[in-house]
Amino acid sequence: MPLLTALIAGFVFGLGLLVSGMANPAKVLGFLDLAGPWDPSLALVMAGAVAVASVAFAITAKRTRTLIGIEMKLPSSRTIDAPLLIGSVLFGIGWGLAGFCPGPALVAVGMGLPKAITFVGAMLAGMVLFEFLERRKSANTSMSPEHVTADG
Amino acid sequence: MNVTIDWNAFTPGSALAGGALIGAAAGMFALLNGRIAGISGIVGGLLTARPRGVPWRAAFLLGLIMAPVLYGTWRHLPQVRVDAGYGVLVVAGLLVGVGTRYASGCTSGHGVCGIARLSPRSLTATVAFMASGVLTVFVTRHLFAL
Repeated sequence: MPLLTALIAGFVFGLGLLVSGMANPAKVLGFLDLAGPWDPSLALVMAGAVAVASVAFAITAKRTRTLIGIEMKLPSSRTIDAPLLIGSVLFGIGWGLAGFCPGPALVAVGMGLPKAITFVGAMLAGMVLFEFLERRKSANTSMSPEHVTADG
Repeated sequence: MNVTIDWNAFTPGSALAGGALIGAAAGMFALLNGRIAGISGIVGGLLTARPRGVPWRAAFLLGLIMAPVLYGTWRHLPQVRVDAGYGVLVVAGLLVGVGTRYASGCTSGHGVCGIARLSPRSLTATVAFMASGVLTVFVTRHLFAL
């Protein structure tokens, strides 16, 4: 059951990216380019998504188990630290260079786009590099690699 | 700065409709699977060698990648234009990979789910990557006109 719901959620997410136009890097860059002719679409995509999702998250906040009885695994960290800020700035640079963020890039891989496959390959390499650096750090300080909590 | 809206490119209807679908997907994933629909976290978790988390991650990503395949059998796929060359895409991909993992999230995990949960961490992250993205586009398109 959780596998089927995950599959459907991923599928609907991908449909949303296609319908909203966010699978197109040119459109994303049109939003990030405030100095050129500006396309505000991405702001409305986020507004629509946040409005709908916030209803669901208002319900999850009161529950310890999901509607199908799985344990809630939503992040609880509230600390704003250097990795959050530096990571977000690095991500923003990559996003601004290509117009791809992870979700749309994977949808474009599903379209068979060679440039999207190149981007995702490099993105995976970047994530492997992160794992390597984190493991080396935790081996040095003998901290658990689990201390990095995922928000999403 | 004087911002001029590109009315020809602006698509408010499909943006809101697509956004609602993204929100519905994230909402159902939280309500049913109890997880954040954050793409970088779902992909990154596949690389941490914790085998128990592999099946649901793979299922979600399969659905995501299958979306254009099934959509294409029903109607014409929307046009996708990638202006960046291969070298830039490699650098951008590396930055997105490392950056989203250190930030514990990207546009979906922080920008959609986190803001919907009123998480101060996610709000901060979203402001940071938006500002950094805007600045990067300004530098590449206007300052150096790459």
